[in-house]
Formats: sequence, C-alpha cells, structure tokens
Amino acid sequence: MSKAPKLTIKNLHASVDGKEILKGVNLEVKGGEVHAIMGPNGTGKSTLASALMGHPRYEVTQGEVTLDGENLLEMEVDERARAGLFLAMQYPAEVSGVTNSDFLRSSINAKRGEGNEISLMKFIRELDKKMELLEMDEKFATRYLNEGFSGGEKKRNEILQMMMLQPRIAIMDEIDSGLDIDALKVVAKGVNSMLSDELGVLMITHYQRLLNYIKPDYVHVFMQGRIVKSGGPELAERLEAEGYDWVKEELGIEDETVGQKA
Amino acid sequence: MSVETCVLFDESVVKGIAAKTQEPAWMLNARLEAFKDVPKLPLPKLERTNIDRWNFTDFTPFTEEAAIGSLTELPEDVQEFIFDKEQAHVMVQKNGSVIFRRLGDDLAEQGVLFTDLASAARENEALVKKFFMTDGIKRDEHRLSALHAALNSGGVFLYVPRNVEVKVPIQGLFWLAGEKAAMMPHIIIVAEANSRIDFVANFIARPGDEAAFNNSAIEVFVSDGARVRVATVSSLGKETVDVIYRRSLVSRDGQLEWIVADLSEGRVISDNTTHLKGEGGMVNVKTVVLGTDEMRANVTSSIHHWGRHTASDINARSVMKGSATSILNSITKIEKGASKSDGQQSGKVLMLSPDARGDANPILLIDENDVTAGHAASVGRIDPTQLYYLMSRGISRREAEKLIIRGFLDAVVSQIPSESLQASIHRLIERKLQS
Repeated sequence: MSKAPKLTIKNLHASVDGKEILKGVNLEVKGGEVHAIMGPNGTGKSTLASALMGHPRYEVTQGEVTLDGENLLEMEVDERARAGLFLAMQYPAEVSGVTNSDFLRSSINAKRGEGNEISLMKFIRELDKKMELLEMDEKFATRYLNEGFSGGEKKRNEILQMMMLQPRIAIMDEIDSGLDIDALKVVAKGVNSMLSDELGVLMITHYQRLLNYIKPDYVHVFMQGRIVKSGGPELAERLEAEGYDWVKEELGIEDETVGQKA
Repeated sequence: MSVETCVLFDESVVKGIAAKTQEPAWMLNARLEAFKDVPKLPLPKLERTNIDRWNFTDFTPFTEEAAIGSLTELPEDVQEFIFDKEQAHVMVQKNGSVIFRRLGDDLAEQGVLFTDLASAARENEALVKKFFMTDGIKRDEHRLSALHAALNSGGVFLYVPRNVEVKVPIQGLFWLAGEKAAMMPHIIIVAEANSRIDFVANFIARPGDEAAFNNSAIEVFVSDGARVRVATVSSLGKETVDVIYRRSLVSRDGQLEWIVADLSEGRVISDNTTHLKGEGGMVNVKTVVLGTDEMRANVTSSIHHWGRHTASDINARSVMKGSATSILNSITKIEKGASKSDGQQSGKVLMLSPDARGDANPILLIDENDVTAGHAASVGRIDPTQLYYLMSRGISRREAEKLIIRGFLDAVVSQIPSESLQASIHRLIERKLQS
C-alpha cells in the first residue's frame, strides 16, 4: 500500500437505540492532512468516531464509508483496524490480567499476520523508543491494560498504541480532555512525530487549545449530527474568540444538539 | 428392605494396603475403623450442589505401580508438569504407589523431611501420629473422609524444621491412570516456627483417560511466624470424580497462601478450609475453575477467624463453557473474640456460552463487633466494551476473547510459583477453550 491513504464519508447516518444521531456526514480525509472536527457537547462528534470504528452500539442506517476504496462498513471492527483505521478513544476500556505489552504485541502481530510476527527484540526496541518520546515510565509495559491508569495515562497510552500500530487514518476522540498543559504537549509531540503523507488525521475536540499544538489544515464545525461549516485554521481561531453563537446565527440553528450527550 | 450400596470392596483390600506399606499397627486400626464407618456416614453436604448421583463407588480401590529410576521414564505430557526436572525436589505418585522421590542433599541436611506417608510413619512415627487426621481432617466427617482414611496410600509427609527457609518449591505429581482407577494420597505439610516452604501439587490424567476417582486430602500446619504457599492444579478426565479436601491451621503470625486451579473435566469437589488460630495469622486464597462440556464443580473456600488481628482474603474465579456448571462458595466466619480481624472475599464468574451456568455464593458470618469484612461478587459474560476495544486494535474476536479470559484467570495462575508451570497451565487452558 504505497498510495496515500484516503477515507471517504458520504451522507453517513447512524443511530443509537433507535435514535438517529448522525444525520448525513460528508467528509474526505487524505494522507498528509489534519482535519479538526469542533463543536459543542451533544452534537454527535463522538458518535461519528465510534460509528467509523464499528462500535456495536451504533447502527449505520444510511450512507457509505470507504477506506482506500474499500467498503469500511462491511468490515468487522478488527478488519477495519487491520485495513489501517485507528481510533484513540475518549474512554478506553480497562482489561485486567492483560499487560500493555502483551496486548500491543498481539495487535501488531494481528496486523502483520501469521509467519510474519515482529521479533521480541525489535518490539522492545520500538516500544522503548516510543515510550521515551511520550515520557512514559517503563513500568507501563508490564501494567495491566489501562487498569488503574489516570485519565492522562490512558490518553498517553492511546497515542502509544497509535505510534506502535502506524495506522493510515487516525481518529482522535477528545484526546485533549482532562489533560493538563504539560501532558497535552507530550501527547501533541507524539502525534506530530507521526505526521506524514502516509497518515491522515481526524481530531475531534471542543477546545481550540489542542489546535495550538497540532496544527489542522481543515476545521469543521459539527452541529445537529452533521458538518455545518468548514474552513481553514482561521475558523478555529474565530470559534475560540467568539464561541459558537455566530455560527448558529449565521445558519439559523436554535438548538445545536441532537438531544443526546455525545 | 433395600440397602444403599456404597462399598464394593471388602476389608481385605484395606488390610492389603497396610501390609504392603508396613505401616504401624495404629494406622491399620484407624483404617479399619474408618472402613466400618463408610456405610454409616452420609456424603458431604455441599452448598448448592447435589452429588447424590456422582460415582463414589465404582472404582478400583488400590492399584500398585512399579517404581521408576528416572523422571525421563514418564510420558512426555506427564513430565511437562514437573519443572526444573534436573534439580527438582519431587515426588511422583501413580495411582496407589509413590513411584519416584528425590530430595536434594542440601535440604536433607537442614532436616527437611520429604517422604511418602507410610515411610514417614515408620521413620518418624511420633510426628506423623501428631498430625495425621487429628486436628485437621477427621476421618468421620463424612463418607468421603472415611473412604479416604480407609484407602489412602502413597501420599506425602513434608516437614520443615524451625527457621529453615526452603527457597525452591517442592513438587508433588499425582498421576491417575487407567479405566476405573482411583488414587487417594494423603499429604501433610508441617512448617515449624519461622520456616518457609512452597509446595506445588499437580493431579493429572492423560487426555482421554477413564479413571474413576481422586479422593485426596491435604493438611497444612503453619506454626508461629512460618510462611507457606500451597498450589494445587487438577486436570483429570471426563469420567473422573475429583475430590480434594484441604485443611489448614495457622498459628500466631503465620502466613498461608492457597492457590487452587481446578481444570478437571468431570465432577469436582474442591474444598479448602483454614483455621486462623493464632493472633496475627493470615491466609490468602486464590481459586480458579475452568469448566467445559458437562463439567460440574463445587469449589468451597472457608475461613475461620479465631485469633485477634487475623486477616483473610478469598479471590475465587470461574470460567464456564459448553454446559458446564460451577458454584463458588466463599465462607468467612469471624468468631467471638477475634477482634480487629479482617475478612475479604471476591467471587467472579465468566460464562462463555448460553448453556453454561455459574454462581458465586458469598457468606459472611460475624460474631464479633470490632472487625472489618467485605465481599464482591459478579456473574456475567465477556464485556462487549472490552471486546470492542481489543478488536479496534486489529485483534480478531477469537483472539480477543482468549486474551480477556486469560487475563481473567491470570489473577490466580500468575501466582503459581513457577513460570514454566504457569506456561503449562496456559497451554492446558488454551487447549480446553479450543475444544
């Protein structure tokens, strides 16, 4: 797969427990691009991330999504990941009894396939290098997956996984929430170290703060379960300075939510 | 008038076992008394498991086996349960007989005793008389303890003198083999004051074996300030009724750890009972049961707090697949006077198929005000959020389930004091989960 990655979302609708949350999302993310999706709480931003990854609670009712031309929606969650999609989750699960390093090695080997497993030495070398960049204590490797991790540790761990798995399209769901400024800088350093034509990034956030450290090429405003306005980095700056009211006014939106907390 | 048949052998079998081992006369007398009691005593009463139709009668009461000169004479899949084969302090029992025994000179010189029970009774009669079915397991508790008292053979007497710290685990391998076969080893571990010992016992059968009955007993005596860890791993076949009664007494500031892995495929009674007699005594119990197909298991952990400042923790786990059924009973009794004591319990059941059944049954009985106690129980299926998370990193559903189950069981398996034995157990678990 030498060609640049491309994620295409067309008229995506999705519901949770019978209630429609996504109402026609259109977006294209290509290798080398950083997109930011911004918006107030309850507008469906996180639902977009979960629906793309294939979370079992979210049912896609309409639309299509392709990754490098392949139909993503027909794939199981694990197949999407092996096709190159990665989601840094807002609330990653805790799994007792499974160490971080065993989990990471299983993930990497799942992608590489049988007979092509990564050597233990190479794995440890890579892991050490990346943990150092993210300023993670080496004990992380032997701790159980996310168990007893602080909010910031979990976020760092998500980025570590992303760096180890080297996806083609990375979605980051509120990776900045709950981080102090130092932790945010470290996380941004990790993400920035990965940016290249081989990676397309979709960041979901409701703070402009993150965008000071990871510069977006495109900024989209999310309301009522879809993208209502798109622009360049200057759009994020205006949102930071003036809030969302002017967007609502401009578009004639009274209630920006979809009636459900994201 | 119909009489319930519960013995299919006669007194001559009991006398025959005693004659072979040349044990002292009082042991034979105890056997004969127990034999007379067998038909009079009821089966044990188990919480929430009906064992009336389990096979406790149709088995070969005693099978003698020939000694071997080296561990390499054992089949490879049997050898794999012994770790550090070259240096291991180990005893191997097959059916009725101890067929191999080795204790390193270093331990023998420090006064550690490690023999089969009959040899111990001949060579250290007073010691054996003091501990054998006296303060621990009584021969008239129920029909199974009486059967055990009448028919026990082979067995282990492990004695660690005061202040002796044994650094490597001592091993016992109990191999049940052949259609209708039975084994009934009696294992006694005595840890004198401030000593330290780990004992690992494997109760195994080769795949497909149709043996009938394991009816073992383990008695552990932890003296003042001693630290003892006993791990048992059972992996017996579908046709086998697997019974192990474990009983322990912990004196002042003694520390005991039970690690119990029940991986047998037939019918299982797995009991561990600890009496915290002395002030400051502690016991930690970790049990895990993995059931497939038609397996039925009753796993009971009981703690009795008698001394002040005693502490106990029971961590019981069960994974059920196919139409297997298990019940985890955890009983913590804090007696009047055992003030400042702490009793904790946790029971967790993971069910992998719609026909599997499992339950955790926590019981706290507290007769003293000034104590702390708590319990947690959960019964459920694999968490879909965990599964989604692992799969979102490219791991297949099957692999993800395996990782979660392995992690669930690792709370116990990782405590087994040998990495190579842990690896064997992981292989065993994976084989079972695949079938």
